[in-house]
Amino acid sequence: MLSLRQILLAFQQRHKHMTTIKSRPVYPGLSPDLNARKNVCVCDEAGAEAIVELFASAGGPFAERSLVLLAAETLKTNGRGPVIERLSPAEIEVSPALDAAIVRFREVLSRAAMGLRVYAAGSEPLIGSVIQAAADFGIDHKSIRTEQRGSLKRRVQCVHCKGIIEDVTTSPVRCTHCGLFLFVRDHYSRRLAAFQGVCVDAECPGEIPEIKVLYS
Amino acid sequence: MTETFLRRVRVAEIERVASRIKRFRLVDAANDRLPDFSAGSHVTVCMRSPDRLIRNPYSLMGCPSDTSSYQISVLNVDNSRGGSQFMHDQVAVGSELEISSPLNLFPPAKLGRKHILVAGGIGITPFIAMTSDLAAHGCDFELHYGVRSEEEGAYCGLLQTTYGERVKVYYQDKGEFIPLERVLGEQPLGTHMYVCGPKPMIDWALKTAKLEGWPDENLHSEQFSAPLPGKPFEVHLAKSGRTITVSGHQSILEALEQNGVDAPYLCRGGACGQCETAVSSCDGPIQHNDHYLTDAEKAGGKKIMICLSRIEGNSITIDL
Repeated sequence: MLSLRQILLAFQQRHKHMTTIKSRPVYPGLSPDLNARKNVCVCDEAGAEAIVELFASAGGPFAERSLVLLAAETLKTNGRGPVIERLSPAEIEVSPALDAAIVRFREVLSRAAMGLRVYAAGSEPLIGSVIQAAADFGIDHKSIRTEQRGSLKRRVQCVHCKGIIEDVTTSPVRCTHCGLFLFVRDHYSRRLAAFQGVCVDAECPGEIPEIKVLYS
Repeated sequence: MTETFLRRVRVAEIERVASRIKRFRLVDAANDRLPDFSAGSHVTVCMRSPDRLIRNPYSLMGCPSDTSSYQISVLNVDNSRGGSQFMHDQVAVGSELEISSPLNLFPPAKLGRKHILVAGGIGITPFIAMTSDLAAHGCDFELHYGVRSEEEGAYCGLLQTTYGERVKVYYQDKGEFIPLERVLGEQPLGTHMYVCGPKPMIDWALKTAKLEGWPDENLHSEQFSAPLPGKPFEVHLAKSGRTITVSGHQSILEALEQNGVDAPYLCRGGACGQCETAVSSCDGPIQHNDHYLTDAEKAGGKKIMICLSRIEGNSITIDL
């Protein structure tokens, strides 16, 4: 007999792009707030393309009022490519990883005043980290303009050991902390900026459904 | 439905606090404790005038932690539909009124880092409770309060004495105006703005904030409008098949209530959305007087807020 978890997993695989879970965030895409005095755009390399498009659609001095915090994990080896040129005349700071970009983002917010608008573009962990950090400075998540670009990888919290697993592309996924096989739910925590992973074989230990790449 | 929530109260105290504003202190008619309320709440007061039933929303002032009585302030409006005049002329200490349960459509944002309160005239009332609440919780706030003149402005001295530098009063007759652009231009991240006052002031404040780059999520406003008078027309009720005439000085909601139809409502000021009703057909344009429906919904003509809006034609069929 199939366990409930396996039925859910089968359903999830069949309806990859649908969810009935309300906490699953939606990213409507970037649109410019032309009134903001300063724009802070946090992105990864895929998201940088969305920022380039944002600057083009806003026109005028919008880019000049913008600071781009680019979390570029591979850019270093590839050289600082043409995307950076296309982001000018914005001020651009490249960080080697998402964590470093978020540290920098927090520094910027700690000195900011009202009239600032935040944009986040790229992977879901990047967008989630921006929203999570901004909340500490009293910025409502709904006032952050977001666009998902590039990898569909997820950050997952193991609900059993509470460990955070980065760059998850499959479900089930093995928890890198406690070793349990986790069913990746669409149930999302804004506070943790992570999806919830729940033990997939709790009812029938050892019966692990086929591991499928769902979030590449 | 809503009728059952009414509570009888007795007027315990009346004070003239400005040339055209009176403060009323209301206690439960049976001397019970009144329900708790949160800062920003209002109650609907029912007044049984000789010719008709009037219900107006009034913000609860006073300190939310004190529920021994409720306090409201009423401006005697020049073009009153009867409510404010009734309160000023007919109500005396000892008079009994009926009120709804408190309802909050204007709460302070609990996660806000700082709060800028912008009041115009009688729009000060929700901020009396709000300043008390914010101060009690150690929250950072500023109150910018515009009044026509010293005689017309209520509670100016009280607020300034209680909160000192945090309160700024601007007297229009002395040529003083709220320098909102400057105020909003120098606020820390996570600041929220709240505005209550006449409609042009609310529109101006919200627009100024938007132009200063403030996100909508940080902007809050409350305005209770009175139904505008107009031509009489007929309302057909699709479910019951009844036809009711709405007179020129009545709202659809008031006409329904007069005829014993129990329609949904809460604020009666076009703010809360409770009385949203589907329109089956209408032989003329709808005059949308509410602050609830979106522009697209107003243009669509499929919905009407029966507490405020009326029609330019002769008849409308609604889903009641």
